[in-house]
Amino acid sequence: MHILVCYDVSTITPDGRRRLRKVARLCKDYGQRVQQSVFECNVGDVQWATLRPALLSEFNPAEDSLRFYRLGEDPSRRAEHHGVKPSVDFEGPLIA
Amino acid sequence: MSSYHNTLYVTTPGAYLAKDHENVAVRVEHQTRMSVPMHHLGGVVCFGPVSASPELMAACMERGIGFSYLDVNGRFLARVEGPASGNVLLRRRQYRLADDPEAAAALARSFVFGKVSNSRAMLVRSARERPEAPPGLLEGAARLAGRLVDLGRQPMTTDEARGHEGEAAAGYFAAFDAMIRSTDPAFRFTLRSRRPPMDPVNALLSFVYALVRHDCTSALAAVGLDPGVGYLHVDRPGRPSLALDLMEEFRPALADRLVLALINRSQVSPGGFVRDEAGGVLMDADTRRTVLIAYQERKQVALTHPITGEATTFAVVPHIQARLLARTIRGELERYQPFLVR
Repeated sequence: MHILVCYDVSTITPDGRRRLRKVARLCKDYGQRVQQSVFECNVGDVQWATLRPALLSEFNPAEDSLRFYRLGEDPSRRAEHHGVKPSVDFEGPLIA
Repeated sequence: MSSYHNTLYVTTPGAYLAKDHENVAVRVEHQTRMSVPMHHLGGVVCFGPVSASPELMAACMERGIGFSYLDVNGRFLARVEGPASGNVLLRRRQYRLADDPEAAAALARSFVFGKVSNSRAMLVRSARERPEAPPGLLEGAARLAGRLVDLGRQPMTTDEARGHEGEAAAGYFAAFDAMIRSTDPAFRFTLRSRRPPMDPVNALLSFVYALVRHDCTSALAAVGLDPGVGYLHVDRPGRPSLALDLMEEFRPALADRLVLALINRSQVSPGGFVRDEAGGVLMDADTRRTVLIAYQERKQVALTHPITGEATTFAVVPHIQARLLARTIRGELERYQPFLVR
């Protein structure tokens, strides 16, 4: 299942900047950064059951916002990319 | 988690693989080229001078992600694997059967049957696709059909199975050139040559076989079998004999078919190969990349497994076959049924 994770984390305080780093880190463990605060994660039920509570426990509901969009199994029909930094299809050929 | 995990191929000389939290980071000159979360991976294949950090290796081994090291031309160099998973009783049984001439011969015969049947299917298919098929194709197919009858008829020793395998391979490769539709003299096939491959077709075959071998080794390790102890192939230090047994049925259906498609659809050209000092033929970096992409795409093609009836892809078939093999070794199935294509 592809999930789009978007967040706004308030970075006024040092604690906020720490939260931002943590949230980004968590997302990166499970997916890839497609834009500044936007991550696309292709996860199974098990991974999502780990990632979701981890994100919710990290962010501060009084100051930050988190949004999850479920894109289904095949995001190629739902997402279109133009310009720099195209995403990698982790299920396609991985050649570096 | 699905039983299919992707493979990361690292072909850039000098690349360094590091652990970045839950990601495998591919770095070239300190720049991150690609970052892949480990949960997507089932294996990593490194070509030529590629190194990996001990931390990354430890993390991958813990997750059952094996590393294969190949030279730039795909020749197998080394494999790193974590602690064996699965049941030690299964491996004990695998070794016992290897020492039991009758049981070993029955398995060896199944592997040969799979290979010969799929080789024959390749020739028939190739003949069917062309309005005027070269006579060699159907002649070769008829010879292999004869072998299949012999193989199916009565119990035989492992050596007899090996004899049939050798004869069938000779007949198949004698007809192989007739399946190549390119008129370019560079793509003529006369003889199977390896270490080093002496022409472009052999270079392609050797390279794709190495990829299939990696996948079969991983699939066997994943079900808890020891890839090193086989039945058709004799034990030899460092040789993944059981992986070589398992891959026999995939050589025609997956590897040869891909190589022929690459040539017949002009996806590779004679200019993409270079001859080294030893007279061996190597692929250039672009050709290697083309082949890797084609291989990965071929593995994504949907199919229905002829035995289990599962809707699956080629990428998963070695895993299904490894499971069937494990069940046969445990004694749950009477005999091993290879993956047969039509």
